[in-house]
Amino acid sequence: MIATIAARELRSLFLSPLAWAILAVIQLILAYIFLVQLDVFMQWQARLAGIEGAPGLTEIVAAPLFRTAAIVLLLVVPLLTMRLISEERRARTLPLLLSAPVSMTDIVLGKYLGLMAFLALLLLLIPLMPLALLAGGSLDLGLLAAGFVGLLLVVASFAAAGLFLSAVTDQPTVAAISTFGLLLLLWILDWAGNGGGQEASAVLGYLSLLTHYDALLKGVFDTRDVAYYVLFTLTFLVLAVRRLDADRLQP
Amino acid sequence: MGDDILVRVDALERYFGDIAAVQGVSFEVRRGEVLGFLGPNGAGKSTTMQIIAGALAPSGGQVLVNGVDILDEPRAAKAQVGYLPEQPPLYRELTVDEYLRYSARLHRIPRDGVDRAVDRAKHRCGLADVGRRLTGNLSKGYQQRVGIAQAIIHAPAVVILDEPTVGLDPIQIREIRALIRELGGDHSVILSTHILPEVQSVCDRVLIIHEGRLVLNERVEDLALGLAEPALRVGLRRAPAVEALRRLPGVLRVAPGEDGRFFLAYREGEDPTDRLVADAVAGGWGLFELAPQRRTLEEVFVQLTCGEHPPLAGGIAAEDAA
Repeated sequence: MIATIAARELRSLFLSPLAWAILAVIQLILAYIFLVQLDVFMQWQARLAGIEGAPGLTEIVAAPLFRTAAIVLLLVVPLLTMRLISEERRARTLPLLLSAPVSMTDIVLGKYLGLMAFLALLLLLIPLMPLALLAGGSLDLGLLAAGFVGLLLVVASFAAAGLFLSAVTDQPTVAAISTFGLLLLLWILDWAGNGGGQEASAVLGYLSLLTHYDALLKGVFDTRDVAYYVLFTLTFLVLAVRRLDADRLQP
Repeated sequence: MGDDILVRVDALERYFGDIAAVQGVSFEVRRGEVLGFLGPNGAGKSTTMQIIAGALAPSGGQVLVNGVDILDEPRAAKAQVGYLPEQPPLYRELTVDEYLRYSARLHRIPRDGVDRAVDRAKHRCGLADVGRRLTGNLSKGYQQRVGIAQAIIHAPAVVILDEPTVGLDPIQIREIRALIRELGGDHSVILSTHILPEVQSVCDRVLIIHEGRLVLNERVEDLALGLAEPALRVGLRRAPAVEALRRLPGVLRVAPGEDGRFFLAYREGEDPTDRLVADAVAGGWGLFELAPQRRTLEEVFVQLTCGEHPPLAGGIAAEDAA
Protein backbone atom coordinates (compact mmCIF):
# COMPACT_ATOMS: atom_id res chain seq x y z
CA MET A 1 0.00 0.00 0.00
CA ILE A 2 2.85 2.34 0.88
CA ALA A 3 4.49 1.36 -2.40
CA THR A 4 1.32 2.19 -4.35
CA ILE A 5 1.14 5.67 -2.88
CA ALA A 6 4.89 6.19 -3.34
CA ALA A 7 4.71 5.11 -6.99
CA ARG A 8 1.87 7.54 -7.67
CA GLU A 9 3.80 10.33 -6.01
CA LEU A 10 6.91 9.65 -8.04
CA ARG A 11 4.91 9.38 -11.24
CA SER A 12 3.11 12.66 -10.65
CA LEU A 13 6.47 14.32 -9.95
CA PHE A 14 7.85 13.25 -13.29
CA LEU A 15 4.64 14.18 -15.09
CA SER A 16 5.19 17.77 -14.05
CA PRO A 17 8.01 19.82 -15.55
CA LEU A 18 9.11 20.81 -12.05
CA ALA A 19 11.05 17.61 -11.40
CA TRP A 20 12.94 17.83 -14.69
CA ALA A 21 13.69 21.52 -14.20
CA ILE A 22 15.04 20.85 -10.73
CA LEU A 23 17.25 18.01 -11.93
CA ALA A 24 18.65 20.19 -14.71
CA VAL A 25 19.27 23.29 -12.61
CA ILE A 26 20.94 21.37 -9.80
CA GLN A 27 23.22 19.54 -12.21
CA LEU A 28 24.20 22.80 -13.85
CA ILE A 29 25.06 24.57 -10.60
CA LEU A 30 26.93 21.61 -9.16
CA ALA A 31 28.86 21.09 -12.38
CA TYR A 32 30.07 24.67 -12.13
CA ILE A 33 31.14 24.21 -8.48
CA PHE A 34 32.87 20.99 -9.49
CA LEU A 35 34.86 22.76 -12.22
CA VAL A 36 35.83 25.62 -9.92
CA GLN A 37 37.07 23.23 -7.23
CA LEU A 38 38.91 21.21 -9.81
CA ASP A 39 40.62 24.36 -10.96
CA VAL A 40 41.65 25.16 -7.38
CA PHE A 41 43.14 21.69 -7.04
CA MET A 42 45.08 22.05 -10.27
CA GLN A 43 46.61 25.31 -9.06
CA TRP A 44 47.58 23.93 -5.66
CA GLN A 45 48.61 20.54 -6.82
CA ALA A 46 52.32 21.32 -7.08
CA ARG A 47 52.52 22.92 -3.64
CA LEU A 48 50.40 20.25 -1.97
CA ALA A 49 52.65 17.53 -3.30
CA GLY A 50 55.43 18.75 -0.99
CA ILE A 51 53.39 18.78 2.23
CA GLU A 52 52.84 15.64 4.21
CA GLY A 53 49.19 14.92 5.13
CA ALA A 54 47.95 17.66 2.84
CA PRO A 55 44.32 17.55 1.70
CA GLY A 56 43.87 15.39 -1.35
CA LEU A 57 41.66 15.41 -4.37
CA THR A 58 38.59 14.17 -2.50
CA GLU A 59 38.89 16.80 0.27
CA ILE A 60 39.36 19.65 -2.15
CA VAL A 61 36.87 18.68 -4.82
CA ALA A 62 34.23 16.33 -3.39
CA ALA A 63 33.68 17.86 0.06
CA PRO A 64 32.88 21.39 -1.19
CA LEU A 65 30.69 19.84 -3.85
CA PHE A 66 28.61 18.02 -1.25
CA ARG A 67 28.52 21.06 1.00
CA THR A 68 27.20 23.23 -1.82
CA ALA A 69 24.76 20.52 -2.85
CA ALA A 70 23.24 20.58 0.65
CA ILE A 71 22.76 24.35 0.46
CA VAL A 72 21.21 24.17 -3.01
CA LEU A 73 18.89 21.41 -1.82
CA LEU A 74 17.94 23.51 1.19
CA LEU A 75 16.43 25.86 -1.36
CA VAL A 76 14.97 23.19 -3.59
CA VAL A 77 13.50 20.57 -1.25
CA PRO A 78 10.82 22.93 0.10
CA LEU A 79 9.62 23.37 -3.48
CA LEU A 80 9.21 19.63 -3.82
CA THR A 81 7.66 18.96 -0.43
CA MET A 82 5.23 21.87 -0.48
CA ARG A 83 2.68 20.14 -2.66
CA LEU A 84 2.80 16.70 -1.02
CA ILE A 85 -0.22 17.08 1.22
CA SER A 86 -1.34 20.69 0.98
CA GLU A 87 -1.92 20.34 -2.74
CA GLU A 88 -4.14 17.31 -2.13
CA ARG A 89 -6.09 19.35 0.36
CA ARG A 90 -6.49 22.18 -2.10
CA ALA A 91 -7.47 19.98 -5.03
CA ARG A 92 -9.80 18.04 -2.69
CA THR A 93 -8.17 14.75 -3.55
CA LEU A 94 -7.33 13.95 0.06
CA PRO A 95 -10.72 12.23 0.69
CA LEU A 96 -9.67 9.55 -1.78
CA LEU A 97 -6.80 8.57 0.50
CA LEU A 98 -8.73 9.15 3.71
CA SER A 99 -11.64 6.96 2.67
CA ALA A 100 -9.42 4.21 1.25
CA PRO A 101 -8.51 1.33 3.55
CA VAL A 102 -5.08 2.75 4.35
CA SER A 103 -3.75 4.18 7.59
CA MET A 104 -2.40 7.68 8.05
CA THR A 105 1.04 6.16 8.50
CA ASP A 106 0.71 4.50 5.10
CA ILE A 107 -0.20 7.82 3.52
CA VAL A 108 2.65 9.74 5.13
CA LEU A 109 5.26 7.05 4.50
CA GLY A 110 4.04 6.54 0.94
CA LYS A 111 4.37 10.19 0.15
CA TYR A 112 7.71 10.47 1.93
CA LEU A 113 9.23 7.47 0.22
CA GLY A 114 7.93 8.57 -3.17
CA LEU A 115 9.69 11.88 -2.76
CA MET A 116 12.80 10.23 -1.33
CA ALA A 117 12.98 8.00 -4.38
CA PHE A 118 13.16 11.10 -6.53
CA LEU A 119 15.69 12.78 -4.25
CA ALA A 120 17.82 9.64 -4.15
CA LEU A 121 17.93 9.69 -7.93
CA LEU A 122 18.94 13.32 -7.82
CA LEU A 123 21.63 12.61 -5.21
CA LEU A 124 23.02 9.65 -7.13
CA LEU A 125 23.86 11.96 -10.00
CA ILE A 126 26.04 14.14 -7.78
CA PRO A 127 28.94 11.78 -6.88
CA LEU A 128 29.21 10.80 -10.53
CA MET A 129 31.19 13.97 -11.14
CA PRO A 130 33.97 13.28 -8.61
CA LEU A 131 33.89 9.59 -9.55
CA ALA A 132 34.77 10.60 -13.12
CA LEU A 133 38.13 11.74 -11.70
CA LEU A 134 38.99 8.10 -11.13
CA ALA A 135 39.91 8.05 -14.78
CA GLY A 136 42.96 10.19 -14.13
CA GLY A 137 43.59 10.20 -10.39
CA SER A 138 42.86 8.42 -7.16
CA LEU A 139 40.09 9.19 -4.70
CA ASP A 140 39.48 8.45 -1.06
CA LEU A 141 36.34 6.35 -1.65
CA GLY A 142 35.57 6.04 2.07
CA LEU A 143 35.53 9.79 2.44
CA LEU A 144 33.37 10.11 -0.64
CA ALA A 145 30.93 7.53 0.73
CA ALA A 146 30.74 9.28 4.11
CA GLY A 147 30.01 12.55 2.37
CA PHE A 148 27.31 10.94 0.27
CA VAL A 149 25.66 9.30 3.26
CA GLY A 150 25.79 12.64 5.05
CA LEU A 151 24.10 14.38 2.13
CA LEU A 152 21.44 11.67 1.97
CA LEU A 153 20.72 12.04 5.69
CA VAL A 154 20.58 15.82 5.44
CA VAL A 155 18.16 15.67 2.51
CA ALA A 156 16.05 13.01 4.25
CA SER A 157 15.59 15.36 7.19
CA PHE A 158 14.81 18.29 4.89
CA ALA A 159 12.10 16.23 3.21
CA ALA A 160 10.58 15.08 6.51
CA ALA A 161 10.35 18.63 7.82
CA GLY A 162 8.83 19.76 4.52
CA LEU A 163 6.29 16.96 4.56
CA PHE A 164 5.16 17.91 8.04
CA LEU A 165 4.74 21.57 7.17
CA SER A 166 2.88 20.59 4.04
CA ALA A 167 0.44 18.65 6.21
CA VAL A 168 -0.12 21.70 8.38
CA THR A 169 -1.38 24.11 5.74
CA ASP A 170 -3.50 23.95 2.63
CA GLN A 171 -1.45 26.61 0.85
CA PRO A 172 1.56 25.07 -0.89
CA THR A 173 3.43 28.37 -0.94
CA VAL A 174 3.01 28.78 2.80
CA ALA A 175 4.33 25.25 3.26
CA ALA A 176 7.34 26.07 1.07
CA ILE A 177 8.31 29.29 2.78
CA SER A 178 7.87 27.91 6.28
CA THR A 179 9.91 24.82 5.41
CA PHE A 180 12.62 26.99 3.97
CA GLY A 181 12.58 29.25 7.02
CA LEU A 182 12.76 26.33 9.44
CA LEU A 183 15.60 24.63 7.59
CA LEU A 184 17.61 27.80 7.18
CA LEU A 185 17.19 28.61 10.85
CA LEU A 186 18.39 25.15 11.83
CA TRP A 187 21.28 25.49 9.39
CA ILE A 188 22.58 28.77 10.81
CA LEU A 189 21.70 28.02 14.42
CA ASP A 190 25.29 27.50 15.50
CA TRP A 191 26.34 30.95 14.31
CA ALA A 192 24.67 32.44 17.36
CA GLY A 193 26.73 30.19 19.59
CA ASN A 194 29.94 32.09 18.85
CA GLY A 195 28.97 35.14 20.91
CA GLY A 196 27.04 33.44 23.73
CA GLY A 197 28.16 31.31 26.64
CA GLN A 198 29.76 27.91 26.37
CA GLU A 199 26.64 25.90 27.20
CA ALA A 200 24.32 27.80 24.93
CA SER A 201 26.78 27.45 22.13
CA ALA A 202 27.06 23.71 22.71
CA VAL A 203 23.30 23.21 22.68
CA LEU A 204 22.75 25.36 19.63
CA GLY A 205 25.66 23.70 17.91
CA TYR A 206 24.16 20.31 18.59
CA LEU A 207 20.79 21.35 17.23
CA SER A 208 22.26 22.77 14.06
CA LEU A 209 21.87 20.65 10.97
CA LEU A 210 25.23 21.87 9.72
CA THR A 211 27.50 20.70 12.54
CA HIS A 212 26.62 17.06 12.08
CA TYR A 213 26.99 17.29 8.34
CA ASP A 214 30.48 18.81 8.59
CA ALA A 215 31.66 15.88 10.64
CA LEU A 216 30.50 13.46 7.98
CA LEU A 217 32.12 15.53 5.25
CA LYS A 218 35.42 15.22 7.09
CA GLY A 219 34.94 11.48 6.97
CA VAL A 220 34.10 11.13 10.65
CA PHE A 221 31.28 8.60 10.70
CA ASP A 222 29.90 9.07 14.19
CA THR A 223 26.67 7.27 15.13
CA ARG A 224 25.68 10.32 17.15
CA ASP A 225 25.52 12.37 13.97
CA VAL A 226 23.63 9.68 12.14
CA ALA A 227 21.24 9.34 15.08
CA TYR A 228 20.62 13.08 14.99
CA TYR A 229 19.36 12.93 11.41
CA VAL A 230 17.38 9.73 11.92
CA LEU A 231 15.67 11.19 14.98
CA PHE A 232 15.04 14.46 13.20
CA THR A 233 13.40 12.62 10.28
CA LEU A 234 11.33 10.32 12.47
CA THR A 235 10.12 13.19 14.63
CA PHE A 236 8.74 15.11 11.68
CA LEU A 237 7.19 12.02 10.10
CA VAL A 238 5.40 11.18 13.35
CA LEU A 239 4.26 14.79 13.61
CA ALA A 240 2.89 14.61 10.07
CA VAL A 241 0.94 11.43 10.85
CA ARG A 242 -0.46 13.03 13.97
CA ARG A 243 -1.37 16.17 12.07
CA LEU A 244 -3.35 14.18 9.50
CA ASP A 245 -5.06 12.23 12.25
CA ALA A 246 -5.97 15.45 14.01
CA ASP A 247 -7.57 16.62 10.79
CA ARG A 248 -9.91 13.68 10.85
CA LEU A 249 -10.64 13.97 14.56
CA GLN A 250 -11.51 17.18 16.33
CA PRO A 251 -10.48 20.24 14.37
CA MET B 1 -26.14 -8.09 13.65
CA GLY B 2 -28.69 -9.02 11.01
CA ASP B 3 -26.87 -9.70 7.81
CA ASP B 4 -29.22 -7.57 5.75
CA ILE B 5 -28.36 -4.32 7.52
CA LEU B 6 -25.21 -2.97 5.92
CA VAL B 7 -24.90 0.40 7.59
CA ARG B 8 -26.02 1.19 11.08
CA VAL B 9 -25.58 4.74 12.30
CA ASP B 10 -26.31 5.29 15.94
CA ALA B 11 -26.62 8.67 17.68
CA LEU B 12 -23.99 10.18 15.43
CA GLU B 13 -22.51 13.49 16.50
CA ARG B 14 -19.93 15.74 14.99
CA TYR B 15 -18.79 19.12 16.21
CA PHE B 16 -16.64 21.65 14.39
CA GLY B 17 -15.41 23.75 17.26
CA ASP B 18 -18.60 24.82 19.02
CA ILE B 19 -20.78 24.28 15.99
CA ALA B 20 -22.72 21.03 15.92
CA ALA B 21 -22.76 19.85 12.32
CA VAL B 22 -24.52 16.60 13.10
CA GLN B 23 -26.46 15.78 16.27
CA GLY B 24 -28.01 12.50 17.27
CA VAL B 25 -28.52 11.11 13.79
CA SER B 26 -29.48 7.43 13.71
CA PHE B 27 -30.56 5.31 10.79
CA GLU B 28 -29.98 2.01 9.07
CA VAL B 29 -29.41 1.00 5.48
CA ARG B 30 -30.35 -2.48 4.31
CA ARG B 31 -28.71 -4.48 1.58
CA GLY B 32 -29.94 -3.43 -1.84
CA GLU B 33 -31.49 -0.25 -0.54
CA VAL B 34 -30.95 3.14 -2.13
CA LEU B 35 -31.07 5.81 0.50
CA GLY B 36 -31.66 9.44 -0.46
CA PHE B 37 -30.24 12.13 1.74
CA LEU B 38 -32.00 15.47 1.52
CA GLY B 39 -31.38 18.69 3.31
CA PRO B 40 -30.62 22.33 2.69
CA ASN B 41 -27.02 23.41 2.21
CA GLY B 42 -25.06 23.12 5.42
CA ALA B 43 -27.56 20.75 7.02
CA GLY B 44 -24.91 18.12 7.72
CA LYS B 45 -25.42 15.77 4.77
CA SER B 46 -21.84 15.84 3.59
CA THR B 47 -20.49 15.60 7.12
CA THR B 48 -22.58 12.49 7.78
CA MET B 49 -21.46 10.92 4.53
CA GLN B 50 -17.82 11.74 5.20
CA ILE B 51 -18.09 10.08 8.57
CA ILE B 52 -19.60 6.89 7.14
CA ALA B 53 -16.88 6.88 4.48
CA GLY B 54 -14.25 7.16 7.19
CA ALA B 55 -12.82 10.44 5.95
CA LEU B 56 -13.91 12.17 9.13
CA ALA B 57 -14.11 10.79 12.64
CA PRO B 58 -17.34 11.24 14.59
CA SER B 59 -17.31 13.23 17.83
CA GLY B 60 -19.81 10.83 19.30
CA GLY B 61 -22.01 7.90 18.40
CA GLN B 62 -21.24 4.82 16.41
CA VAL B 63 -21.10 3.80 12.77
CA LEU B 64 -21.10 0.13 11.82
CA VAL B 65 -20.47 -0.88 8.24
CA ASN B 66 -21.48 -4.47 7.69
CA GLY B 67 -21.07 -4.98 11.41
CA VAL B 68 -17.59 -3.45 11.56
CA ASP B 69 -17.06 -0.36 13.67
CA ILE B 70 -15.52 2.44 11.62
CA LEU B 71 -13.44 3.69 14.57
CA ASP B 72 -12.28 0.33 15.96
CA GLU B 73 -11.34 -1.26 12.66
CA PRO B 74 -11.13 1.57 10.16
CA ARG B 75 -9.37 -0.48 7.50
CA ALA B 76 -11.84 -3.32 7.45
CA ALA B 77 -14.76 -0.89 7.50
CA LYS B 78 -13.37 1.39 4.79
CA ALA B 79 -12.66 -1.56 2.52
CA GLN B 80 -16.42 -2.11 2.28
CA VAL B 81 -17.23 1.47 1.40
CA GLY B 82 -16.89 3.33 -1.89
CA TYR B 83 -17.05 7.07 -1.57
CA LEU B 84 -17.52 9.88 -4.05
CA PRO B 85 -17.03 13.23 -2.32
CA GLU B 86 -18.83 16.38 -3.40
CA GLN B 87 -15.97 17.15 -5.75
CA PRO B 88 -14.55 14.07 -7.50
CA PRO B 89 -11.04 13.51 -6.07
CA LEU B 90 -9.18 13.36 -9.37
CA TYR B 91 -5.47 13.72 -9.96
CA ARG B 92 -5.57 15.93 -12.99
CA GLU B 93 -2.21 14.79 -14.32
CA LEU B 94 -3.21 11.12 -14.56
CA THR B 95 -5.18 9.49 -17.34
CA VAL B 96 -8.49 7.80 -16.55
CA ASP B 97 -6.88 4.37 -16.75
CA GLU B 98 -3.95 5.33 -14.53
CA TYR B 99 -6.24 6.94 -12.04
CA LEU B 100 -8.61 3.99 -11.82
CA ARG B 101 -5.70 1.58 -11.56
CA TYR B 102 -4.34 3.63 -8.68
CA SER B 103 -7.72 3.65 -6.89
CA ALA B 104 -8.02 -0.09 -7.44
CA ARG B 105 -4.62 -0.66 -5.82
CA LEU B 106 -5.46 1.72 -2.99
CA HIS B 107 -8.54 -0.39 -2.30
CA ARG B 108 -6.40 -3.48 -2.05
CA ILE B 109 -7.45 -5.21 -5.24
CA PRO B 110 -4.76 -7.80 -5.98
CA ARG B 111 -2.39 -6.89 -8.79
CA ASP B 112 -3.70 -9.46 -11.25
CA GLY B 113 -7.30 -8.40 -10.70
CA VAL B 114 -6.73 -4.71 -11.31
CA ASP B 115 -7.21 -4.71 -15.08
CA ARG B 116 -10.46 -6.59 -14.83
CA ALA B 117 -11.79 -4.30 -12.10
CA VAL B 118 -10.82 -1.20 -14.09
CA ASP B 119 -12.50 -2.52 -17.23
CA ARG B 120 -15.68 -3.39 -15.39
CA ALA B 121 -15.91 -0.02 -13.65
CA LYS B 122 -15.24 1.81 -16.92
CA HIS B 123 -17.86 -0.21 -18.68
CA ARG B 124 -20.47 0.42 -16.01
CA CYS B 125 -19.86 4.15 -15.97
CA GLY B 126 -19.62 4.57 -19.74
CA LEU B 127 -15.94 5.46 -19.71
CA ALA B 128 -14.71 2.92 -22.24
CA ASP B 129 -13.77 5.57 -24.81
CA VAL B 130 -11.90 7.98 -22.57
CA GLY B 131 -9.45 5.61 -20.85
CA ARG B 132 -6.40 7.34 -22.27
CA ARG B 133 -7.47 10.90 -21.67
CA LEU B 134 -6.22 13.02 -18.79
CA THR B 135 -8.83 13.32 -16.06
CA GLY B 136 -8.09 17.04 -15.80
CA ASN B 137 -9.16 17.59 -19.42
CA LEU B 138 -12.48 15.78 -19.18
CA SER B 139 -15.79 17.60 -19.02
CA LYS B 140 -17.51 17.89 -15.67
CA GLY B 141 -19.91 15.07 -16.52
CA TYR B 142 -17.12 12.67 -17.36
CA GLN B 143 -15.14 13.68 -14.29
CA GLN B 144 -18.19 12.87 -12.24
CA ARG B 145 -18.39 9.46 -13.90
CA VAL B 146 -14.72 8.81 -13.20
CA GLY B 147 -15.47 9.70 -9.59
CA ILE B 148 -18.29 7.16 -9.50
CA ALA B 149 -16.11 4.54 -11.21
CA GLN B 150 -13.53 5.10 -8.50
CA ALA B 151 -16.17 4.58 -5.82
CA ILE B 152 -17.41 1.25 -7.20
CA ILE B 153 -14.14 -0.19 -8.46
CA HIS B 154 -13.67 -2.55 -5.52
CA ALA B 155 -17.31 -3.69 -5.55
CA PRO B 156 -17.95 -2.33 -2.06
CA ALA B 157 -20.97 -3.32 -0.02
CA VAL B 158 -21.88 0.32 0.47
CA VAL B 159 -21.54 3.08 -2.10
CA ILE B 160 -21.73 6.66 -0.86
CA LEU B 161 -22.33 9.33 -3.48
CA ASP B 162 -22.34 12.98 -2.49
CA GLU B 163 -24.43 14.85 -5.05
CA PRO B 164 -23.56 12.56 -7.95
CA THR B 165 -25.68 14.33 -10.57
CA VAL B 166 -24.51 17.89 -10.00
CA GLY B 167 -23.30 19.55 -13.18
CA LEU B 168 -24.51 16.84 -15.53
CA ASP B 169 -26.72 17.32 -18.56
CA PRO B 170 -30.19 15.73 -18.55
CA ILE B 171 -29.11 12.69 -20.55
CA GLN B 172 -26.15 12.04 -18.29
CA ILE B 173 -28.40 12.46 -15.28
CA ARG B 174 -30.68 9.74 -16.64
CA GLU B 175 -27.71 7.47 -17.22
CA ILE B 176 -26.31 8.06 -13.77
CA ARG B 177 -29.71 7.44 -12.22
CA ALA B 178 -30.01 4.19 -14.11
CA LEU B 179 -26.54 3.29 -12.87
CA ILE B 180 -27.50 4.10 -9.30
CA ARG B 181 -30.62 1.92 -9.58
CA GLU B 182 -28.46 -0.85 -10.96
CA LEU B 183 -25.95 -0.45 -8.13
CA GLY B 184 -28.83 -0.69 -5.69
CA GLY B 185 -29.28 -4.28 -6.83
CA ASP B 186 -26.19 -5.71 -5.19
CA HIS B 187 -24.80 -2.82 -3.15
CA SER B 188 -26.40 -0.40 -0.77
CA VAL B 189 -26.28 3.15 -1.99
CA ILE B 190 -26.41 6.32 0.06
CA LEU B 191 -26.74 9.42 -2.04
CA SER B 192 -27.31 13.05 -1.29
CA THR B 193 -28.97 15.41 -3.68
CA HIS B 194 -30.81 18.68 -4.05
CA ILE B 195 -33.00 17.36 -6.83
CA LEU B 196 -36.18 16.12 -5.21
CA PRO B 197 -37.66 14.17 -8.15
CA GLU B 198 -34.38 12.29 -8.20
CA VAL B 199 -35.13 10.94 -4.75
CA GLN B 200 -38.61 9.89 -5.80
CA SER B 201 -37.35 8.17 -8.91
CA VAL B 202 -34.22 6.51 -7.56
CA CYS B 203 -34.45 5.99 -3.83
CA ASP B 204 -36.19 3.44 -1.66
CA ARG B 205 -35.90 5.48 1.47
CA VAL B 206 -35.65 9.20 2.17
CA LEU B 207 -33.85 10.91 5.01
CA ILE B 208 -34.29 14.62 5.47
CA ILE B 209 -31.71 16.26 7.66
CA HIS B 210 -32.02 19.79 8.93
CA GLU B 211 -29.58 21.71 11.11
CA GLY B 212 -27.76 18.50 11.91
CA ARG B 213 -30.84 16.60 13.01
CA LEU B 214 -32.80 13.94 11.25
CA VAL B 215 -36.32 15.23 10.65
CA LEU B 216 -37.70 12.52 8.38
CA ASN B 217 -36.85 8.88 7.75
CA GLU B 218 -39.39 7.11 5.62
CA ARG B 219 -39.72 4.73 2.74
CA VAL B 220 -40.54 6.51 -0.48
CA GLU B 221 -43.62 4.31 -0.97
CA ASP B 222 -45.00 5.13 2.45
CA LEU B 223 -44.21 8.73 1.89
CA ALA B 224 -46.15 8.75 -1.36
CA LEU B 225 -49.15 7.30 0.47
CA GLY B 226 -48.84 9.64 3.37
CA LEU B 227 -48.22 12.69 1.27
CA ALA B 228 -51.43 14.31 2.42
CA GLU B 229 -54.72 13.93 0.69
CA PRO B 230 -55.24 14.64 -2.97
CA ALA B 231 -56.22 18.21 -3.59
CA LEU B 232 -57.53 20.55 -6.24
CA ARG B 233 -56.41 24.01 -7.13
CA VAL B 234 -59.41 26.06 -8.11
CA GLY B 235 -59.45 29.57 -9.55
CA LEU B 236 -62.75 31.48 -9.20
CA ARG B 237 -63.38 35.00 -10.47
CA ARG B 238 -66.49 35.58 -8.35
CA ALA B 239 -65.76 33.35 -5.42
CA PRO B 240 -68.55 32.36 -3.02
CA ALA B 241 -68.08 32.21 0.70
CA VAL B 242 -65.48 29.65 1.72
CA GLU B 243 -68.29 27.74 3.46
CA ALA B 244 -69.89 26.99 0.07
CA LEU B 245 -66.74 25.21 -1.04
CA ARG B 246 -66.32 23.58 2.33
CA ARG B 247 -69.77 21.98 2.00
CA LEU B 248 -68.95 20.17 -1.25
CA PRO B 249 -69.09 16.40 -0.72
CA GLY B 250 -65.73 14.85 0.07
CA VAL B 251 -63.95 18.15 0.75
CA LEU B 252 -61.92 18.10 3.94
CA ARG B 253 -60.36 21.51 4.04
CA VAL B 254 -60.29 24.69 2.03
CA ALA B 255 -57.35 27.05 2.04
CA PRO B 256 -57.67 30.36 0.22
CA GLY B 257 -54.70 31.38 -1.94
CA GLU B 258 -53.88 34.46 -3.98
CA ASP B 259 -55.92 35.96 -6.83
CA GLY B 260 -59.13 34.05 -6.24
CA ARG B 261 -57.43 30.68 -6.01
CA PHE B 262 -58.40 28.04 -3.47
CA PHE B 263 -56.86 24.77 -2.44
CA LEU B 264 -59.34 22.00 -1.73
CA ALA B 265 -58.20 18.87 0.02
CA TYR B 266 -60.56 15.95 -0.40
CA ARG B 267 -60.88 12.39 0.78
CA GLU B 268 -59.23 9.81 -1.42
CA GLY B 269 -61.80 8.38 -3.87
CA GLU B 270 -64.35 11.16 -3.38
CA ASP B 271 -63.27 13.53 -6.09
CA PRO B 272 -65.53 16.61 -5.89
CA THR B 273 -64.57 17.90 -9.34
CA ASP B 274 -67.86 17.14 -11.08
CA ARG B 275 -69.94 18.66 -8.34
CA LEU B 276 -67.65 21.67 -8.11
CA VAL B 277 -67.93 22.40 -11.82
CA ALA B 278 -71.69 22.02 -11.74
CA ASP B 279 -72.00 24.33 -8.73
CA ALA B 280 -69.62 26.82 -10.30
CA VAL B 281 -71.71 26.99 -13.45
CA ALA B 282 -74.99 27.18 -11.54
CA GLY B 283 -73.72 29.79 -9.10
CA GLY B 284 -71.84 31.82 -11.73
CA TRP B 285 -68.58 31.64 -9.74
CA GLY B 286 -66.48 32.35 -12.84
CA LEU B 287 -64.35 29.20 -12.80
CA PHE B 288 -61.12 29.91 -14.68
CA GLU B 289 -58.75 27.31 -13.34
CA LEU B 290 -59.07 23.78 -12.11
CA ALA B 291 -56.09 21.53 -11.57
CA PRO B 292 -55.48 18.41 -9.54
CA GLN B 293 -52.77 18.82 -7.03
CA ARG B 294 -50.83 16.45 -4.89
CA ARG B 295 -48.56 17.52 -2.16
CA THR B 296 -45.11 16.84 -3.49
CA LEU B 297 -41.96 15.76 -1.77
CA GLU B 298 -40.81 19.30 -2.35
CA GLU B 299 -43.56 20.63 -0.13
CA VAL B 300 -42.77 18.10 2.57
CA PHE B 301 -39.13 19.09 2.30
CA VAL B 302 -39.87 22.80 2.48
CA GLN B 303 -42.27 22.32 5.34
CA LEU B 304 -39.79 20.29 7.36
CA THR B 305 -36.79 22.48 6.70
CA CYS B 306 -38.31 25.94 6.74
CA GLY B 307 -40.00 25.45 10.09
CA GLU B 308 -42.32 28.32 10.93
CA HIS B 309 -42.57 29.87 7.47
CA PRO B 310 -44.46 27.49 5.20
CA PRO B 311 -44.50 28.97 1.74
CA LEU B 312 -47.58 29.91 -0.22
CA ALA B 313 -47.45 26.93 -2.50
CA GLY B 314 -48.23 24.70 0.44
CA GLY B 315 -51.58 26.38 1.09
CA ILE B 316 -53.01 23.30 2.71
CA ALA B 317 -49.96 22.79 4.81
CA ALA B 318 -50.34 26.37 5.96
CA GLU B 319 -53.79 25.69 7.24
CA ASP B 320 -52.60 22.52 8.93
CA ALA B 321 -50.02 24.48 10.81
CA ALA B 322 -52.51 27.16 11.84
